[in-house]
Amino acid sequence: MANVLVFAESRGTDLRKVALEAVTAGRALAEKIGGGEVHVVLAGPPGIGAKAAQLGQYGADVVLVCEHAGLARYAREAIAATVAERARAGYRAVLLPFSAQGRDLGPRVAAKLDAPIASDIIELSAAGESITVKHPGYANKVIITLALSGSPVVLSLRPAAFTPKENARSARSESIAPAADPGAERVVVKEIIEGAKGKLDLGEAPVIVSGGRGLRAPENFKLIEELAAAFGNAAVGATRAVTDEGWRPHSDQIGQTGRQVSPQLYVAVGISGAIQHLAGMRTSKTIVAINKDPEAPIFKVADYGVVGDVFEIVPALTTAVREAKKGH
Amino acid sequence: MKIAVCIKRTPDSESRFKIAGSGSTIDESGLKFDMDDFASYAVEVALQLNEKQGPGETVAVAVGPDSVQETLRKAMSMGADRAIHLKTDAAPFDGVAVAKALAAELKTGGFDLILFGKYAFDTSASVVGTATAELLGVPCVTAASKLDIAGGRGTARREIEGAGEIVEFPLPATVTIDEGIARPRYPSLKGIMAAKKKPLESKPAQLGPIRVTVKSMELPAERPPGRIIGQGAAAVPELVRLLQDEAKVL
Repeated sequence: MANVLVFAESRGTDLRKVALEAVTAGRALAEKIGGGEVHVVLAGPPGIGAKAAQLGQYGADVVLVCEHAGLARYAREAIAATVAERARAGYRAVLLPFSAQGRDLGPRVAAKLDAPIASDIIELSAAGESITVKHPGYANKVIITLALSGSPVVLSLRPAAFTPKENARSARSESIAPAADPGAERVVVKEIIEGAKGKLDLGEAPVIVSGGRGLRAPENFKLIEELAAAFGNAAVGATRAVTDEGWRPHSDQIGQTGRQVSPQLYVAVGISGAIQHLAGMRTSKTIVAINKDPEAPIFKVADYGVVGDVFEIVPALTTAVREAKKGH
Repeated sequence: MKIAVCIKRTPDSESRFKIAGSGSTIDESGLKFDMDDFASYAVEVALQLNEKQGPGETVAVAVGPDSVQETLRKAMSMGADRAIHLKTDAAPFDGVAVAKALAAELKTGGFDLILFGKYAFDTSASVVGTATAELLGVPCVTAASKLDIAGGRGTARREIEGAGEIVEFPLPATVTIDEGIARPRYPSLKGIMAAKKKPLESKPAQLGPIRVTVKSMELPAERPPGRIIGQGAAAVPELVRLLQDEAKVL
């Protein structure tokens, strides 16, 4: 019987949703490989330990709480050393999210352990000695099935690909010390430039409202922001054309070279649907397109297309969504 | 500065892909291959740093079959001084194995800075740069959208969810490069001619055991064909009804 180790991503003393996704996937993997335990590394500033119970609700058997004042921000070297040291205790797999932090952390842990790693996993299965994963490559245009041999393996999960599921265990908490001094990081975070307060991340938002060149000017993005606000659970995205023009920050770009997202609902406003953009959003569950050109390629992938003037349609939609939300 | 820039050869990202008969690779016939986009930003960053800071050397390095030599020549035609080809039969999907081959080569090179693209289009894994840094024991900054080097130290900006992060680090170091940092130059005719005479060293890659292998590749399920539900603001009530009753997302 083999156990699974999960890294629970946090920011400050808050758990991120990807942490619950990883614990859920870890629980499912533990069942597949014969019913081992799920151990979770929860690292952060003093106070983070309070989140251990929540991890238990999603399937953690043991929560390894690593509290240190130097972990208020992501201390890449100390966290990697801590996860790797723990993993050496003998686990079948180490799971973490393919988030900005996880993309940085996963390869460090894999290299320290001399373990194989798979990234951006959307499906995970285990049969006999082999762990098999599905991972979209070629900018989401090809689904690659990879087999990983050896133990442990490091598995990095696409955010939102695994839905958190409650599976309550009576998790034991254990306190652990960082395996390297967070005060001795060679890469030092000097400053965090926060985006808008309370802004949902594109990788996590259930709804994304995205704007393209059809909006004609940067100030018209307020239409997009108002529609996103009406949904209440939406993030704002943009096309590469728009971020190249500097209308929106580079980090808002959805597409092949930007963020690749799969929200429940994607609303494309004034977006023609270039291949570069489609590669970033075609796995969205439901796609709405609003565009004046009925021949625009975005309509080929849109579940619901509306042809016409975005400056007329979007405000009407914003009002209607606000009304619909009120009715709940 | 002595800068190594590790690059990859990948198919044109705008291509339509087909799966080869074997079921485990893409069908390469008719595809155009070139330097990976993120790798080309890394080359540009390396060249600009050395141009700005006076005498230095930029070395392009690639792991892969003989075809990557063409990509290394391109890096030299952009301005890299020499190139190292670490030869394999095919481009491996095992990122740690590739990192081992690179680390074995780079550890004795005396490089101040080792640059990578933040990921390569084909594997889309973001593993090799960071794992190489870890094996070399040097500091690593991933997905830098800005990079300055002065007095033996680097400052970089990286994008994290909903925020930007400014980090500082000592050299030697490894940095993986994000889009938007610099516009890669086109090789000049003079550059192309000069590149033919620049040294390109080819030797076997020391990959070690391969533990990540491709079992199969498939094209993602096609979306159902799109549907236009109406024109103008008059279509909004129907759209909202569909979002509520059919898609159940509102």
